[in-house]
Amino acid sequence: MIRIEDLCVDLPGFCLKDINLSIERGEFFVLLGPTGAGKTLLLETIAGLIPTKRGKIYIKGVDVTNLPPERRSIGIVYQDYALFPHLTVLENVKYGLHFYKIDKAKERLNQLLDRLRLRPLIKRLPVNLSGGEKQRVALARALIVNPSVLLLDEPLSALDPNFKEDVGRELKKLHQEMNVTFLMVTHDFTDVLSLATRCAVINQGKIEQVGEVVEIFQRPRSSFVANFVGARNIFCGRLINEDTHIWIDTGKIKVEVADAQIKNKEKIYFIIRPEDIIVSKKPLHSSARNCYLCKIIKIINRGAVIYLTADIGERITALITKASFEEMNIKKGDSVYFTFKASAVHSMGSGLNI
Amino acid sequence: MIEKRKVFLGVTIISGILVIGFILLPLINMFTSPSWENLKMAIKDTEVLKSIWLSIYTAGIASIISFLVGTPFAYLLARRNFFGKNFIESVVDIPMVIPHPVVGIAILSVVGRNYWFGQILSKIGIRIMGSVPGIIVVLTFVGIPFYINTVKDGFESISSRLENVSRSLGASIFSTFFRITFPLAWRSILVGIIMCSARAISEFGAVVVIAYHPMTAPVMIYERFEAYGLAYSQPVAVWLTLVCLILFLFLRILSAPREKEG
Repeated sequence: MIRIEDLCVDLPGFCLKDINLSIERGEFFVLLGPTGAGKTLLLETIAGLIPTKRGKIYIKGVDVTNLPPERRSIGIVYQDYALFPHLTVLENVKYGLHFYKIDKAKERLNQLLDRLRLRPLIKRLPVNLSGGEKQRVALARALIVNPSVLLLDEPLSALDPNFKEDVGRELKKLHQEMNVTFLMVTHDFTDVLSLATRCAVINQGKIEQVGEVVEIFQRPRSSFVANFVGARNIFCGRLINEDTHIWIDTGKIKVEVADAQIKNKEKIYFIIRPEDIIVSKKPLHSSARNCYLCKIIKIINRGAVIYLTADIGERITALITKASFEEMNIKKGDSVYFTFKASAVHSMGSGLNI
Repeated sequence: MIEKRKVFLGVTIISGILVIGFILLPLINMFTSPSWENLKMAIKDTEVLKSIWLSIYTAGIASIISFLVGTPFAYLLARRNFFGKNFIESVVDIPMVIPHPVVGIAILSVVGRNYWFGQILSKIGIRIMGSVPGIIVVLTFVGIPFYINTVKDGFESISSRLENVSRSLGASIFSTFFRITFPLAWRSILVGIIMCSARAISEFGAVVVIAYHPMTAPVMIYERFEAYGLAYSQPVAVWLTLVCLILFLFLRILSAPREKEG
């Protein structure tokens, strides 16, 4: 679908070096990298907005390297949505229809307005929309011309964490329904886990590693990738629904979860944030459903906070403050209790195809 | 602490009163000095009317020229970075910083009969010295930097991402400019026209070198002041100022942001 060969871009202060990338038709591909890595630059180069110095870009087998943006059949959704402020929601969504001849355009417009719940908003100007509404308008506007590829520039970064998961799910669903290749840029590895099938890690204008998400996580090929995707406490397991309780079984431990929103026996990735784990010397009498007696195998002192790693069947890391650490007088080899609530277990969906 | 704050606030307010007084006092005095009879007489004087009209329409044409040539150039300066851009921007600013009679003399040196450009103009029958086209050339020269700088700022304030999205949706670079950039920048363009015509209408030093006749309003005010004194020049000055204020107020109202648009 998209093939990039030896692409080089040289702009003052920014560059891309020898980018080689291949993205399959219908794939949800993520470009992952820190701020300033060149992710948005690569996105805009694919869209034809940045001139290339060397290399080729193919979309659907056609060399588009020298084609202007309007002839590449690419939709783009920016982080700030870039809605046309002087046009209403409906005029924004219909904008592309002035230039593209789309079969059953009216039908498609109605379908998108319904699908993205925009009908009540059609007469509003962008200034009167919430962040989520703006994003839905931007998605509808990009999808109406039936692009071959939809480029998404950090669509989840501007959203608050609670809302982020909902929007992520919405994007994933939309991708499945629309049958359009999605290429998303993000700096957050958790976005990749929940959405992508494959991803590329980019740093300082160079691609460090491309592959299946699991492969990148499990076998990082450089220290940069290892550090960058080094999210703690990520496990893979199978969901078990038992009466009133939902568990994830990794084969080594069983963790109770609050709400996984996926089907029984499905394999998923899940994360327990280190700061959500309560460390104590005695068992806690609380509503937290997951409690493990374990031995401390590693202590990393980061000044104000301390990371404690223990073995509960899987290696798991907790974060405590310096004050609690000194008060409990924890040493390597000590037995402690790691306790966390079922709601502290964040499932990352089933997007990994494992 | 509170005392210091009060002193600081006091200084800011007193400065404001001084500036406003400095601007308004001479104007109010000028408006109230001439008698109603003198004002009526001045406005019935066809020479006065002609000179005010000449000032308005030459400034208007200078603004239209600035709009036609300055808009694409302002867009280029706002959107592209290129070698020597700072130099080019400085060149645009030159008419604002050089003394006005020097502007007149500089233009004269190019359009005079001793220079090839002046000879070509003369051959095709265009007279610059002492003519309306001459006045328009001078007013465009002094007004266009104000237009370009205002409109450039306007274009810069429009995110280039809007244009990127428009292009990705199939719009050519021209369609994008006319459907997205221009409608979003029109307010800056109007303000640019106000700035340019305000500067042009008030020009005296350069005009007087190129065209003493036909007489624009500032030249006439000066002539009457020189020949007959303050009392005789004041009514013309009042009418010119009034016409300018009404015109600019009208354009300001047009360019004020609507509540709906945020």
